[in-house]
Amino acid sequence: MTDTISRGVTVDRTGEAGAFGGELLTINFGPHHPSTHGVLRLIVDLDGEQVRRLKPVIGYLHTGIEKQMEALRWQQGVTVTDRHDYLSPPINNLAYALAVEKLMGVEVPPRANALRVIMSELTRLSSHLVWMGTSGLELGAMSMLMYCFRERDTILDMNEEISGFRMHTSYIRPGGVMADSTPRFLEMLDQFCRDMPGHVDEYEALLTNNPIWRSRTIGIGILSAEDAKVLGATGPMLRGSGVAWDLRRSMPYSGYENYDFEIATSDMCDCYGRYLVRIKEMRESIKILRQALDRLPDGPVNVDDRKMLPPPREELETSMEAVIHHFKLFTEGYSVPPGDVYVAVESGRGENGCYIASDGTHKPRRVKFRSASFVNLQALERMALNHFLADMVAIIGTADTVLGDCDR
Amino acid sequence: MGIEALAESLGKNILTTSLGKLVGWGRGNSVWPAQFGLACCAIEMIATATAGVDIARFGSEAFRASPRQSDLMIVSGRVSQKMAPILRTIYDQMPEPKWVISMGACASTGGVFNNYALLQGVDKIVPVDVYIPGCPPRPEDLLNALMILQERIKAQGILPRQ
Repeated sequence: MTDTISRGVTVDRTGEAGAFGGELLTINFGPHHPSTHGVLRLIVDLDGEQVRRLKPVIGYLHTGIEKQMEALRWQQGVTVTDRHDYLSPPINNLAYALAVEKLMGVEVPPRANALRVIMSELTRLSSHLVWMGTSGLELGAMSMLMYCFRERDTILDMNEEISGFRMHTSYIRPGGVMADSTPRFLEMLDQFCRDMPGHVDEYEALLTNNPIWRSRTIGIGILSAEDAKVLGATGPMLRGSGVAWDLRRSMPYSGYENYDFEIATSDMCDCYGRYLVRIKEMRESIKILRQALDRLPDGPVNVDDRKMLPPPREELETSMEAVIHHFKLFTEGYSVPPGDVYVAVESGRGENGCYIASDGTHKPRRVKFRSASFVNLQALERMALNHFLADMVAIIGTADTVLGDCDR
Repeated sequence: MGIEALAESLGKNILTTSLGKLVGWGRGNSVWPAQFGLACCAIEMIATATAGVDIARFGSEAFRASPRQSDLMIVSGRVSQKMAPILRTIYDQMPEPKWVISMGACASTGGVFNNYALLQGVDKIVPVDVYIPGCPPRPEDLLNALMILQERIKAQGILPRQ
């Protein structure tokens, strides 16, 4: 008997009523479970200990972010984008900022683009570090958590230096970035680029040839390239199945076409393959950071448009026009021409898209996020079928869903 | 050993205190949090448990997966209307005495999300002992909240809560 779990993806359920007396046991997994990476709930049908059916139940972290944004002015919306995929706030900012800029026909200066790339790559690194730390912990490698969070804290210190905030930086905004980088930030980044390759070697020394890690991940959670494409998987889920699709390369934005990096892929199609992809991506991110730092152009970090961004503080004391602009921006905000636009960027989890519809007022008509976590979750049943319940931990782990991103 | 020597050695090894203080001391220095991560703040909660700030210095590194084994619930993140009954169930499953830290703006008041989806403050469904402001609060903030809670637990003694 075959069953369709998504258009074009069928599973064979013939073995279902088999080995263990033909009775399926339905169990509930989550939403309060230490290894579901948040508040994911899964309803799992078990045959003995093997997974025969799996149904994710989401919405336990539904925050109404998209609806909330309709009540916020364009520049206020940035703060809310930080909070949906809370492991990669600057990348969410970037998707939103690019969408607003595309509607307004605004092009940011080169230095702003370089700073955006730097922040995106730092975020990708910290997101992968959280993934590796928590997944390692769940599969028994507790020291991974300690090592990964050590480096993550270094990244957060850099966030704090450049934006004043550890996690939700709101650093990337429509029209540019919040502030120019400080000399100390560039020093910290330079040091980080020197240290980090050694740290990635450390992680690999702990995991890549670790027999427990390998036996828990190799051959577990197989997702073929065809199924991954049909199910809409993106990011390391897709690249771990051997498809070289990375938006930074295939649909470049923010000047990614100027950087020399490889797209990490693996043909293993299993949890171990996805782990290898993320390790490789971390190395590539360090390469991009190094290039961006070495070639950081001089110049402004914001567009020179007083209708969109506030005038410098010192002008307010001498120019009446500046005061008017300032007042208008912070009371009414700016308006975006009517129309709709979709922009996608590559986050640590995959395609992070932002669709915006504007009716020409100072608030969005509709904001919709295409979050990688939500779509990648679809592939969970395909990956988990006929595996043991204990393997679910590895499978959920390497899917790397952030429930805030999924439920929004 | 002569009786004088015995009395002297006892004097060095015996402390007198009230039972309430002793129990409070024990409870306050071994607060086991439930492993209850919700959103952004949960990541900072994990960061608090790692080597950088190390919550183990305060005896609370044992994050328990089962509410039956824990006596502190750190509500770390936004609580949606859908999650609220589950949170209350977990709170009810925790044995007395138990305490709640509301970590971050969302858990305390709803934060920036004043809308249909979120519970506007977790104190609507569970009694909260310590609120932490911030979005998300720094790990040091969580440690500070834990220290405030420890002082309260130590002062509370064996008497049931008023």
